[in-house]
Amino acid sequence: MTKMTYREAVRAAIRKALRSDPRVFLMGEDVGRYGGAFAVSHGLLAEFGPERIRDTPLSESAFVGAGIGAALGGLRPIVEIMTVNFSLLAMDQILNNAATLRHMSGGQFNVPLVVRVATGGGRQMAAQHSHSLEGWYAHIPGIKVLTPATVPDAYGMLLAALQEPDPVFIFEHATLYPLDGEVDETAGHFDIGGAAVRRVGQDLTLITYGGTLGKTIQAAEHLAKAGIEAEVIDMRLLRPLDIATIVNSVTKTHRAVIVDEAWRTGSFAAEISAQIMEKAFDDLDAPVQRVCSAEVPMPYAKHLETAALPKVEEIVSAAQGMIAHHG
Amino acid sequence: MATTPVSKHPPVDREHALFLLSEMLRIRRFEEKAAEMYSLQRIHGFLHLYIGEEATGVGAMQAFTQDDAIVATYREHGQALARGISSKVLMAEMFGKATGCSHGHGGSMHFFDARRRFYGGYAIVGGGLPIAVGLALADQLQNRKRVTACFFGDGAVAEGEFHESLNLAALWKLPVVFLCENNLYAMGTALERHQAQINISQKAASYNLAASVVDGMDVLAVETATKQAVESVRKGNGPFLLEFRTYRYRAHSMSDPDLYRTKEEIEEWRKRDPIVLFQSQLREWKLLTDSDLSKMEAELNTELDEAVRFAETSPLEPVENLLEDVEGPVTA
Repeated sequence: MTKMTYREAVRAAIRKALRSDPRVFLMGEDVGRYGGAFAVSHGLLAEFGPERIRDTPLSESAFVGAGIGAALGGLRPIVEIMTVNFSLLAMDQILNNAATLRHMSGGQFNVPLVVRVATGGGRQMAAQHSHSLEGWYAHIPGIKVLTPATVPDAYGMLLAALQEPDPVFIFEHATLYPLDGEVDETAGHFDIGGAAVRRVGQDLTLITYGGTLGKTIQAAEHLAKAGIEAEVIDMRLLRPLDIATIVNSVTKTHRAVIVDEAWRTGSFAAEISAQIMEKAFDDLDAPVQRVCSAEVPMPYAKHLETAALPKVEEIVSAAQGMIAHHG
Repeated sequence: MATTPVSKHPPVDREHALFLLSEMLRIRRFEEKAAEMYSLQRIHGFLHLYIGEEATGVGAMQAFTQDDAIVATYREHGQALARGISSKVLMAEMFGKATGCSHGHGGSMHFFDARRRFYGGYAIVGGGLPIAVGLALADQLQNRKRVTACFFGDGAVAEGEFHESLNLAALWKLPVVFLCENNLYAMGTALERHQAQINISQKAASYNLAASVVDGMDVLAVETATKQAVESVRKGNGPFLLEFRTYRYRAHSMSDPDLYRTKEEIEEWRKRDPIVLFQSQLREWKLLTDSDLSKMEAELNTELDEAVRFAETSPLEPVENLLEDVEGPVTA
């Protein structure tokens, strides 16, 4: 096991992939000479050269589409879209081409494309640089949406994604890059897997993914001091959603709170809530709660941004409210 | 910019001449049949006819080998037929049958054929250009000497993807041939109403990319120009932009009431019908007889009747298969 940060884990996975498979290459803005906007690809240009660590112009639509074409042409591109905020410029290629080509062609073409996207707020990057839109992507049939929240997942999920025959979108919450952890670099094979139970508990289920896992675990620790044992589920993937793990937990605990950094209305949390209702209604002692971002463009001022984002206190109070509710 | 003049002497042998003519005629008769089937409600949704533009699809296709890749638009029946995809499976596709080239999943706007490296069929204007760039990138990175043909219209020139794609292809010297079929209208909006610079080929200079303008109603001019462009691209000189000046005689689609053009303008362009022009040229060169033509028409008639019969009698995909082909195994 090697100690490394989340950022280093992604880098290590890219490096391993490029070393072992000549079809793999990394393409995106500032991945080469700049070393990556979040320093993920730092040092990779020197090792692999400019053909395989490929700097692109600021042309999201063209380089994502080129990633699709390159995948159709037999390569295994990793396209880095600097942040989910800029991915909007490539939505046509993503939805109308990447996700749709297999079905639209009658199954003739698969698009083995991996797209890595930094996401989320909390660093005072303001309204146009703080979105959490992975829920929008999870809406689309034909793609997988991965949200690694831990250092081992930052490593393993990328390697697993590169084995997939269809497009995979990996959302890396920007606050996770400096997270410390450990990776087993000798491990051979990685499956994408499903949801992970990060903390076992029997009183209620806290469900989350990506950047809010830390806050959710903190909330569970606060609740434990009050004698409430929360089970924490890290979804790890939004599409396909591992609803079975969630339902298993809710069947045991009878209460669920979903923590999602996206805006509350139409959030992916709403989808999970609907599925829990459909599959575990009779096991619920209280309505499913959601802790999401406030309905406001992300403000710049620190106190406002903090107020807009999900807070540990909100998760704790939602949980306590549920325990008090008699179902 | 000068357009390529047509030679006074027969620059083509009889066999090739008759081949080009029959290819164009096949497209014309197929499109007429498709229009008829649409009116009879055997074909639904959107139908965009290639009538008038046959010379660009047929002429250009002669420059590409089976190994090269073709990316086209929703007005792609002409390119699909010229690529060698059978009229049967194209008709069946438009009838929504399981035997269609896209198994009935795509319809008129989404023809695909993996074996013939025909990569669609895109309904979003400009949507195919980045894909063509990527296919060419894959060839370059894998040291394959293949070229990617990318057909699009004048409307696409307004989309950001056109500019991004030409820049990227030129920057990386990718083996793409950008083929603009300029029929003077982006749906109902005339070129001079949507472009500040109406000379499309001149836009290539912004990206340091070679370009030519070609008379799109002259199949031999299109063939010659495309072959020259493709040869240059194959030599590694970087991408090329060809602007074919052409015209569509029918409306944008079967739903279009065509209120934005005058009958006079259409009539003027009808005088340059690429098929009629080529026929008279071939007669002048003594390469075409009446009996050649009637034989060709008779064969096409039989072929298209068979295509309709095939489409009519083909099965629909079972509804139980609805959720298949959303995800799946590696295909190639």
